[in-house]
Amino acid sequence: MTVSQIDEEVAKLLQLKAQLGGEDGKHVFVLKTAKGTRDYNPKQMAIREKVFNTIIGCFKRHGAETIDTPVFELKETLTGKYGEDSKLIYDLKDQGGELLSLRYDLTVPFARYLAMNKITNIKRYHIAKVYRRDNPAMTRGRYREFYQCDFDIAGQYDPMIPDAECLKIVYEILSELDLGDFRIKVNDRRILDGMFAMCGVPDEKFRTICSTVDKLDKASWEDVKNEMVKEKGLSEGVADQIGEYVSMQGGMDLAERLLQDPKLSQSKQACAGLADMKQLFSYLQLFQVTDKLLAEKVRTTETQVLVASAQKNLLEERLKLTTELWNAGIKAEVLYKKNPKLLTQLQHCEETGIPLVAILGEQELKDGVVKLRKVASREEVDVPREELVEELKRRTSKLP
Amino acid sequence: MAPVAMAYGRVCVGLLLGRAAPCLRALRVLSGMTVSQIDEEVAKLLQLKAQLGGEDGKHVFVLKTAKGTRDYNPKQMAIREKVFNTIIGCFKRHGAETIDTPVFELKETLTGKYGEDSKLIYDLKDQGGELLSLRYDLTVPFARYLAMNKITNIKRYHIAKVYRRDNPAMTRGRYREFYQCDFDIAGQYDPMIPDAECLKIVYEILSELDLGDFRIKVNDRRILDGMFAMCGVPDEKFRTICSTVDKLDKASWEDVKNEMVKEKGLSEGVADQIGEYVSMQGGMDLAERLLQDPKLSQSKQACAGLADMKQLFSYLQLFQVTDKVLFDLSLARGLDYYTGVIYEAVLSQMIQAPVVAEQNGALPGDEASVSVGSVAGGGRYDGLVGMFDPKGKKVPCVGVSIGIERIFSIMEQKAELLAEKVRTTETQVLVASAQKNLLEERLKLTTELWNAGIKAEVLYKKNPKLLTQLQHCEETGIPLVAILGEQELKDGVVKLRKVASREEVDVPREELVEELKRRTSKLP
Repeated sequence: MTVSQIDEEVAKLLQLKAQLGGEDGKHVFVLKTAKGTRDYNPKQMAIREKVFNTIIGCFKRHGAETIDTPVFELKETLTGKYGEDSKLIYDLKDQGGELLSLRYDLTVPFARYLAMNKITNIKRYHIAKVYRRDNPAMTRGRYREFYQCDFDIAGQYDPMIPDAECLKIVYEILSELDLGDFRIKVNDRRILDGMFAMCGVPDEKFRTICSTVDKLDKASWEDVKNEMVKEKGLSEGVADQIGEYVSMQGGMDLAERLLQDPKLSQSKQACAGLADMKQLFSYLQLFQVTDKLLAEKVRTTETQVLVASAQKNLLEERLKLTTELWNAGIKAEVLYKKNPKLLTQLQHCEETGIPLVAILGEQELKDGVVKLRKVASREEVDVPREELVEELKRRTSKLP
Repeated sequence: MAPVAMAYGRVCVGLLLGRAAPCLRALRVLSGMTVSQIDEEVAKLLQLKAQLGGEDGKHVFVLKTAKGTRDYNPKQMAIREKVFNTIIGCFKRHGAETIDTPVFELKETLTGKYGEDSKLIYDLKDQGGELLSLRYDLTVPFARYLAMNKITNIKRYHIAKVYRRDNPAMTRGRYREFYQCDFDIAGQYDPMIPDAECLKIVYEILSELDLGDFRIKVNDRRILDGMFAMCGVPDEKFRTICSTVDKLDKASWEDVKNEMVKEKGLSEGVADQIGEYVSMQGGMDLAERLLQDPKLSQSKQACAGLADMKQLFSYLQLFQVTDKVLFDLSLARGLDYYTGVIYEAVLSQMIQAPVVAEQNGALPGDEASVSVGSVAGGGRYDGLVGMFDPKGKKVPCVGVSIGIERIFSIMEQKAELLAEKVRTTETQVLVASAQKNLLEERLKLTTELWNAGIKAEVLYKKNPKLLTQLQHCEETGIPLVAILGEQELKDGVVKLRKVASREEVDVPREELVEELKRRTSKLP
């Protein structure tokens, strides 16, 4: 049979089926939407419009463009991209033309769009519905038609800057939507893989162990360890080693610590990932989002001023001034170092959030003044020693 | 190739010896097969087809969208956003709410609603669940929504994509996935006021979009049916003759008459009588004249339609839109569900050049090439919602669908002709540096601007050249650039430069946000 002969026979059979199906002109009263889909009523649309406006406003603030793609793609385009999830794709009926499927996400269409148009650099957002034939019994409350809202930066750039901007955008959106407090967790595929390798996980089990570790946000360590050992075949010893690492949380400090970790530092991958993680956090600090990243930027002390020195052999003078401030009820600190570098003292202020630094130097001591500097802006002014306490009280009463 | 050919040969032989014979025989004895047997045979045949097609597991790098569909690039999206804002602004001005419905409906919901056009519906594959089809328009989903939620009164707009398996060879330039933009008023009201408001909305939208001159043709299903009856068309041919008459906006009377006589079986005499009426156009005066027409006045239907037409025009006068509205007896509109007034808006260029000019090799810039058919259409459909209600409760509706794809197409062509620069981002300022090692400062300043709600960008490069940064501004239309340098940092200022004029001024860092807000509030 030729393809067209087959088409003809198929059409005849389907016609027959339709007749048998009782399509005899009687109207069936169908008052439902398809399983897993729903209408949006005007109230829901009003809320949706507000949320979209906030989110799109943020994307536009960061200079993103938008695109749109068709609701269905050629079946071939989606084939082989979703692994185990492929069975959840909606296919269109073969009606004699191309084989089509409804889009499953916005990422594969994005990749197709980039390749088709030979685009190497773009910052784009795309808000549209996607389709998955989820079994509602398995995943209660999951819709089969639902919105996705993607933001992506494609292109070769200096490392970690675009990555940091993505996190800044998430931070801004969640803040503006006023959903309450939130946290953004970050990690790196290379750190994970390096960790698995150093703990003794065989290469071919990396991805499947990864899936198991991923369940830690919903299940206990006992359950997860159980799955690793009983279902995925790891030894208890390996599982325990993984357990030690996956309980760690922190900020740039954790990245620095792990670079010194005896096991992890032996993995080239992990080291690359950790170095990039440090870089990421440095940009995140500039973007002022580290408070919501698992790093303690929330101030744990209330120190108002650090007493510092620019030159050597001034420990005594620092301690004297610090004592004066303490006696006057001002919250002050001094580094436990005879000859600390000025930079080190300033960094301490930045890390712990101390807003002011009182700097002593040979000349200042001769002139009877103290250099009072705002850590954030670096604005500096010379204050007579006897007026320092009053000046500090004035300034710190205005701070939040 | 060889393995595929061998498989083909083997299957072919198998079919001839095994499947084909009983299969073909069975088809000649249709009544003998059950539904599941049919499904089985269809599946086998489709599998065979797939094999013939060469699906041998190799990765084909497919770089195309499905036939009849397209991506929207950022420029097109920017135009689209402007058009939507104008249209939605108009709907909101008239007090409409909005809803959204799923992209597919139960197949049963769409069955029997679209007449001859039903063959253009996209079905989803039977994957073991409900039988589904992609929505063909937004009107049937609307009727289902009203019945489902027992709503009797609503003024709603709905902008979303719909799907039709049009054959592109027949209708050049027609997409299979395209936006519809619907506005409908549902509910029992005093006659013709909502109908008139729909026309007022079409008038406002087409005027605000600046598409040039346009005309809105109106007619009435009852007048058409009355006319057909009085001309001698048999009842059962009304709808099909209606479809044929509908082609008058694209084909000549000769072709249309030909179809009526040769394909639809009307006598020449009947066709000629129809021909006399459908050439008539006018305003309220035509309605009055036809009420006196010897043939037409004998049809109760036609008289009801004509009376309402008069009433409509009186309201249109109050709404100040009669300069562009025409009562046109050739307007038919193909869909099954219209019960009263029907209308269609066309851009004036189209009236003289109905055939899509690009087929004739018209050059861009020619008036005739910037046009592709009607830009809005609609009417009254009182029986549709009742079809969905178990008790058959009627909810009268009237509405209009704006042909937004055609409008996009026109706006895109306009932008190109006028060499208009369409910005795809709304960035107000680029934070740049003239020297090296200032990434940190750039990121800090950008963060300050974002935190203050200012639309800002920074290049993802540690040490970009100033020229590169300025070029980025020129390419993407960013109007301002805030330049940081060693000296500026020491002095606590930022160099704010207008990209176009290169005018530069030093702004104190702490005043920058305010200065930017001031400048950007004046921009369009």
